[in-house]
Amino acid sequence: MSRRRFLLGTALAVGALALAGPAAAQSPRRGGTLTAIVQPEPVTLTSAINTAAPTGFISGNVFDGLVDYDLDLKPRPALAENWEIAPDALSITFRLRRGVKWHDGQPFTAADVKWTLENVWKTIHPRNQATFGRVRAVETPDNHTVVLRLSEPSLAILSSVNSNGAQILPKHLYEGTDILSNPYNNKPVGTGAFVFKEWSRGNHIVLERNPDYWDKDKPYLDRIVFRVIPDAAARAAALEKGEVQYAAFSPVPLKDAERLGKLPTLRVETRGYEWLSPWLFFDLNVDNPQLKDVRVRRAIAHAIDRQAIARIVWYGFGKPAISPVPSTLAAFHDESVPQYPFNPKRAEALLDEAGFTRGPDGVRFSLTHDFIPYGDDYKRTGEYLKQALKRVGIEVTIRSQDTASFTKRVYGDRDFDISSTWFAAFSDPQVGVTRAYWSGWIGKNTPWTNGSGYRNPEIDGLIAQAQGEADQAKRIALFKQFQQIVQRDLPSIPLIELRFFSLHAADLKDVVTRGDQIYGSLKNAWFDGPRADSKSTEAKNTEAKSN
Amino acid sequence: MIRTPAGRLFWARRLAQMVLVVLSIGTVNFLLLHLAPGDAAQVLAGESGSASPEYLAALRRQFGLDRPFPVQFGHYILRLVTFDLGFSHRQGLPVATLILDRLPATLLLMSASIGLAVLLGGALGFLAARRAGGLADALISGLALLFYATPVFWVGLMLTVVFAVWLDWFPVGGMRAIGATSGPGAILDIAHHLVLPPTTLGLFYMATYTRLMRASVLDVQDRDFVRTARAKGLADGRIAWRHVLRNATLPIVTTVGVQVGSILGGAVLVETVFSWPGLGRLAFEALFQRDLNLLLGILFLSSILVGVANLAVDLAYARLDPRIGLQG
Repeated sequence: MSRRRFLLGTALAVGALALAGPAAAQSPRRGGTLTAIVQPEPVTLTSAINTAAPTGFISGNVFDGLVDYDLDLKPRPALAENWEIAPDALSITFRLRRGVKWHDGQPFTAADVKWTLENVWKTIHPRNQATFGRVRAVETPDNHTVVLRLSEPSLAILSSVNSNGAQILPKHLYEGTDILSNPYNNKPVGTGAFVFKEWSRGNHIVLERNPDYWDKDKPYLDRIVFRVIPDAAARAAALEKGEVQYAAFSPVPLKDAERLGKLPTLRVETRGYEWLSPWLFFDLNVDNPQLKDVRVRRAIAHAIDRQAIARIVWYGFGKPAISPVPSTLAAFHDESVPQYPFNPKRAEALLDEAGFTRGPDGVRFSLTHDFIPYGDDYKRTGEYLKQALKRVGIEVTIRSQDTASFTKRVYGDRDFDISSTWFAAFSDPQVGVTRAYWSGWIGKNTPWTNGSGYRNPEIDGLIAQAQGEADQAKRIALFKQFQQIVQRDLPSIPLIELRFFSLHAADLKDVVTRGDQIYGSLKNAWFDGPRADSKSTEAKNTEAKSN
Repeated sequence: MIRTPAGRLFWARRLAQMVLVVLSIGTVNFLLLHLAPGDAAQVLAGESGSASPEYLAALRRQFGLDRPFPVQFGHYILRLVTFDLGFSHRQGLPVATLILDRLPATLLLMSASIGLAVLLGGALGFLAARRAGGLADALISGLALLFYATPVFWVGLMLTVVFAVWLDWFPVGGMRAIGATSGPGAILDIAHHLVLPPTTLGLFYMATYTRLMRASVLDVQDRDFVRTARAKGLADGRIAWRHVLRNATLPIVTTVGVQVGSILGGAVLVETVFSWPGLGRLAFEALFQRDLNLLLGILFLSSILVGVANLAVDLAYARLDPRIGLQG
């Protein structure tokens, strides 16, 4: 997309603001308490210092971002009413909405944005240092204008300025404090549609409607209660019974999702995760004596039936992946990358060619597999790998451990052969994809970076070039070249583009109105039915019983 | 008894023993937990889905993980001696606050379960022993075995499915309805939530008490003093109540003592299945999150509680059976 078209899109989006929100057949109703599940219990409620999923899931309701992203991942105005990139792409100007107040009544101004960028996004934010590293200076000519001066162009900035990617903290509560241990991290004061009310640890987190919200008439819900329900079967029971009306991030086992989705009272929703665009892959440790041979890596790719992984192992909640840049990032995704269709014969031929012939027991060599310890689905994927590779003569031993041990083993000690993990690609491959291939991350003991140990100066160069490129069309070309090379060398095997799912009550409408919904606000959600009138949980329980 | 010299000696010795035991447990805990791979900063970074070395370094500095190991250990021992449980950096709260926050829920769940188990298990065991070899005995023993052998989480899930989802008599989980009123309404509300979890846990413990009580009563029934009582012409019921039951209770008291010690450990499975905000879950999560200050705090209190419980059992023995004296 050219800059001009981009600006045009922005202008259109601004113009369409009055019509924003989906064209619902009925007009939304005010009122009601939404009970949702947050799992696991978040560590803190401020995404600016912790980008974990449960934190973002709640925090997006308390904080608005400069923009949010529609279902096609185009930015829409939020706290910034409009923005523009200078012709030389060396400065970005955001014009902020007027009259917005923090939940404690203080005005929201450009100073808040400047302070957060300089003290949080550029320094302690877990993900943003790469994105905002090129910001040389932040100017605030008036209270409602923020100008970022860049040392070199950085187009990725505009794909990560929602409330999760670049959360703005209230300067007046944070300035001069130790940010990581500021008490407001756990009782956040934002500008969003819902105000933080209470956190009862191990039980629930309560948010209440912000009556002074800038987006008039919104939010529709009076209250959101996020309950902590650690057991998957108990989550399914609570949803089935109607005690809970919304749960995200694949809250129940995949096999239960189908059953629950068929109930007349529940809906399965897979939209709202587009901004994340997660993909599942195997990292092959290229320092391993067998795996360092690209023929062996290709043989493994040929031995794996990605259709079967999507359909059987993941119950259809996934789509076979051919590239580390998921197809949801339509502009960047390259369909013409080298492909490795399921073909065990070809796999065996490649292994023979590499000199690893079958021994008298039919085994060529043995490998270990460490799956990411995020639940049964990943374990089953590992079991599938074991079976698939056994067929071509590779013996796989599956190892399990907890998350801390896993990240240390893979990203610190590099003591593994094949590991599985998923990354979020985000809406620009620079933010989410390149970290898996950039050689600077190897062995730094930093979770979710380059696990395979792949070093290629050409790739490092392409990544650097794409970061500083001002022309989006050229960046896209660079990223396509990037995909061609990494799929040729295959240090990691993309398996499927994961489809996370949410479950919500059938009478809860407009749960998903944006591509980053999962980390966004539920300000558009409303109850179509008696739940909108309920004043408390008791009333709702009684109502549910009488149904 | 504290007034006699022998009594003073007993208390002094027991207290010294306890301090020594608690300190050694604390040391072992600290060393063991530091053997676990990975640290709290890494877990946080892992959960964030992305991280940079600068972020990790900032976290380690904040958590005090950048200091050398002996310094960390020295700080820990100093804190133990002053009963300072430290700060959970992950949760952003003092460990003592976190534990106190969860303690009532745990005490409630454990006392209800153990109470249920002791009363029901004791009664059933007593009944089974009195009818040893009969149909009632076979039924009770069979039932006890069944509950003992069934996994706790499965019983919990089945109770949830039947009584919470199908029959809709009880809530699926949690300890109280959100926004519930205070006063009598709140007590009723908690009682409503406090039916399924203790039943699940109680049924499992009950099996132990039933079998213990049965064996113990059978053993005591044949003792000389019971025969003497019978020879004196005492009524059967009076013998059972005064002579048999009281003597048969000793093993039960021992077991209760051991179980009270595990209160702080909580009941991870039941707390998880019923979303009960207890200490078991807190400890379990702390382990996975490498929140060592929190975990060490819970273990420290737990070791103190075990010591106190053992002391209480010894005192109870002396009271139940005057033949047992108190010796350090």
